[in-house]
Amino acid sequence: MNPSAGSSQPDITYLNHETTVSSWLLTRDHKRIGVMFLVLVILALLLGGVFAMVLRIELLTPGPTIISAMTYNRMFTLHGVTMVWLFMIPAIPSAFGNFVLPIMLGAKDVAFPRLNLASVYIYVAGAGLTLFGMLWSGADTGWTFYTPYSTTSPTAVAPILLGVFVIGFSTIITGLNFITTVHTLRAPGMHWSRIPLFVWALYGTSIIQVVATPVLGMVLLLVCFERVFGVGLFDPARGGDPVLFQHMFWFYSHPAVYIMVLPAMGVITEVVCAFSRKNIFGYKMIAASTFGIAFVGFFSWGHHMFVSGQSTFGSGVFGVLSMLVAIFTAIKIFNWVATMYGGSIDLKVPLLYVLGFIFLLMFGGMTGVAVATTSLDVHWHDTYFIVAHFHYIMVGAVLMAFLAALHYWWPKMFGRVYPERWSFLAASTIIFGFIVTFLPQFLLGNLGMPRRYYQYPAELQWLNVLSTAGASLLAFGFSLIAVYLLWSLRYGEASAANPWGSKGYEWHSGSPPAPHNFTEAPRFEREVHDYTVPEAPRAY
Amino acid sequence: MPTETSPWEEHFGSRENQSKAAQLGMWLFLGSEVLLFTNLFVGYGVYRYYYPEVFVEASKHLAAGWATVQTLLLVTSSLFVALAVHYIRQGRQFLTALVLLVAMGMGVGFLGIKGWEYWKHWTEGALPGEYYRLEDLPVQGGSLFFTLYFLLTGLHAVHMLVALGLLGWLVWGAVSGKYTAEYHIPVEVGGLYWHLVDVFWLFIYPLLYLVE
Ligand code: HEM
Ligand SMILES: [Cu+2]
Repeated sequence: MNPSAGSSQPDITYLNHETTVSSWLLTRDHKRIGVMFLVLVILALLLGGVFAMVLRIELLTPGPTIISAMTYNRMFTLHGVTMVWLFMIPAIPSAFGNFVLPIMLGAKDVAFPRLNLASVYIYVAGAGLTLFGMLWSGADTGWTFYTPYSTTSPTAVAPILLGVFVIGFSTIITGLNFITTVHTLRAPGMHWSRIPLFVWALYGTSIIQVVATPVLGMVLLLVCFERVFGVGLFDPARGGDPVLFQHMFWFYSHPAVYIMVLPAMGVITEVVCAFSRKNIFGYKMIAASTFGIAFVGFFSWGHHMFVSGQSTFGSGVFGVLSMLVAIFTAIKIFNWVATMYGGSIDLKVPLLYVLGFIFLLMFGGMTGVAVATTSLDVHWHDTYFIVAHFHYIMVGAVLMAFLAALHYWWPKMFGRVYPERWSFLAASTIIFGFIVTFLPQFLLGNLGMPRRYYQYPAELQWLNVLSTAGASLLAFGFSLIAVYLLWSLRYGEASAANPWGSKGYEWHSGSPPAPHNFTEAPRFEREVHDYTVPEAPRAY
Repeated sequence: MPTETSPWEEHFGSRENQSKAAQLGMWLFLGSEVLLFTNLFVGYGVYRYYYPEVFVEASKHLAAGWATVQTLLLVTSSLFVALAVHYIRQGRQFLTALVLLVAMGMGVGFLGIKGWEYWKHWTEGALPGEYYRLEDLPVQGGSLFFTLYFLLTGLHAVHMLVALGLLGWLVWGAVSGKYTAEYHIPVEVGGLYWHLVDVFWLFIYPLLYLVE
């Protein structure tokens, strides 16, 4: 079962070679930075989750339930802001990417370790500013900050905008670091065609991060200026054009959904290979489709503006371009399934999450194509249908990948095994709870329930109650994970160097790895994810 | 193990690699800087298309002659920065610091002219948005021109300040002997940054000052 299990593990690891608080806070070790990000994004997920539960509880009844309409508006804004910018965008790249990317390439660290550390503090500063705005008076604009409402809303929009602006720099630095690392720090034998697909996914993501994030930063800054100095760029009274904001916002924020989903796809590829014990089917196609998605992603922002007065021709073009993304996504799905087909499947929890991922991604993607059809979207735009569409992908798929990564790399990061049965229970609860939460929302949207509304007609109540019940299951599943993972840190069984028998390059180092990842220089002698050549157990 | 005093970092494996990484990192950063400005250029394009006449008239309120002087200052300063890279490759630290100081002087001159121009706009009321007080131009369009004017030149000026700080730090490094013929990565990438800030101006100058 475990070909490499029991091979030598380093005694001195990145976790125990220094243990003071300052050795963590001032570390330049990409692994510790990854762990710090992991803690931070999980805290963000928790916060966003609390906001979400408040929303769902409020929607249990058609009328007011626990909060006022104004608080409701703030809650959905804070939920969106927290989940999108504090959790989704940094989650996989900054936490898991930082941890495994250099190891996968056989490098001792990322190219710019000091900048990497700075990215943690920039994130903390931005998140702090955002939290400050939330505590001050929140914001009620929705996470999309549409003008002219966002320039006139009496709530604390400015600190939240600035916070998101600052976090953007953290993302840019991470992207810059990854690209440079891939170009300059590959170990001997690591040809371009051997680069693990998770790294390719991060590379594609990094390009979007470096290119798109500054555009978002600037437009948020402009809204800030508009609020503070009344500059008038988006103000029709002074000749400005509020729709220009939407273009600038979606030029970033549409590609941003690929910042979220591409790393997730990378995780899935790694996990599929490891638990099917099979070479990846179509390495080149998967890598190429990553770039296809990244590229097309830049030319489809207009699908968010079908009803914003865009020309019909323009909408048609944006609609078709958006659908292209589905083709690249489908290529990946075919490849994952083909990899599993005929493999010797080992249904461990990470693979269970992969199955959840594939199912939810397909649903989310197909409804994406549906809403990219302009005439249908006029009916569904700004209804719960859209909410369900993007939650299927962002929460369903991306969160599945996040959890798959968390379980798959947990032994790698902390040298401990998590309890198998509990994790199975949690995974099943989450996948089931997810469907119960969001499937009704498609129906609600189709019946015409608008998004971001505080009240709804009584006949829609049963679907809303169902959705809230599902959300409670989700909350239960997450709490379970939190408990058993924390438990395993202390009481969990020590892990072998390569508990899954994976052929991923990152398992060449110990679990947990030594401070500089490898005790002797790594060499790469076989193709990545290659299960056809037997290999002597090794841990550098 | 890298010592704290050696500028060579061990994880790069080789010195060429460290230099290559620094260059690539800087180019990527420059790329993202360019995109930071794009919103403003796009905004300029859109509003110039909406209000062509107003933009022409508004542009006449700017001191195009002085802007030409500024352009010359920046282009020359870039030349001096290029010289600095040339000198440090030969290990001539003092000369490097000297030419960098000259470039900085030109940068300061640039900002001086900019400040004077801002002061003039202030007294005239050629200000963005709410503060707009010019009477010979309609608010619709006129205030937008000055909004974009202040945003573009202001963002550029902020970049100039950062770039000046960077050059100052390079001067100090060159004088204190940190940079040598072997190790001069910061001078090279710092120089790149200065050139970029220059190039931004080369776009801003015709767009704002030479509208016809
Ligand atoms: C097959 C690929 C996809 C297509 C064709 C597609 C299409 C669309 C369209 C047309 C809309 C706008 C609907 C409207 O507002 O009326 C939309 C909204 C949205 N999509 Fe997708 N999408 C796809 C994949 C994704 C992915 C992968 C994500 C996230 C990881 C995502 C996240 C979102 C979000 C967040 C919104 C709503 C934004 C808002 O208004 O708050 N989509 N999608
Ligand atoms: Cu989109």
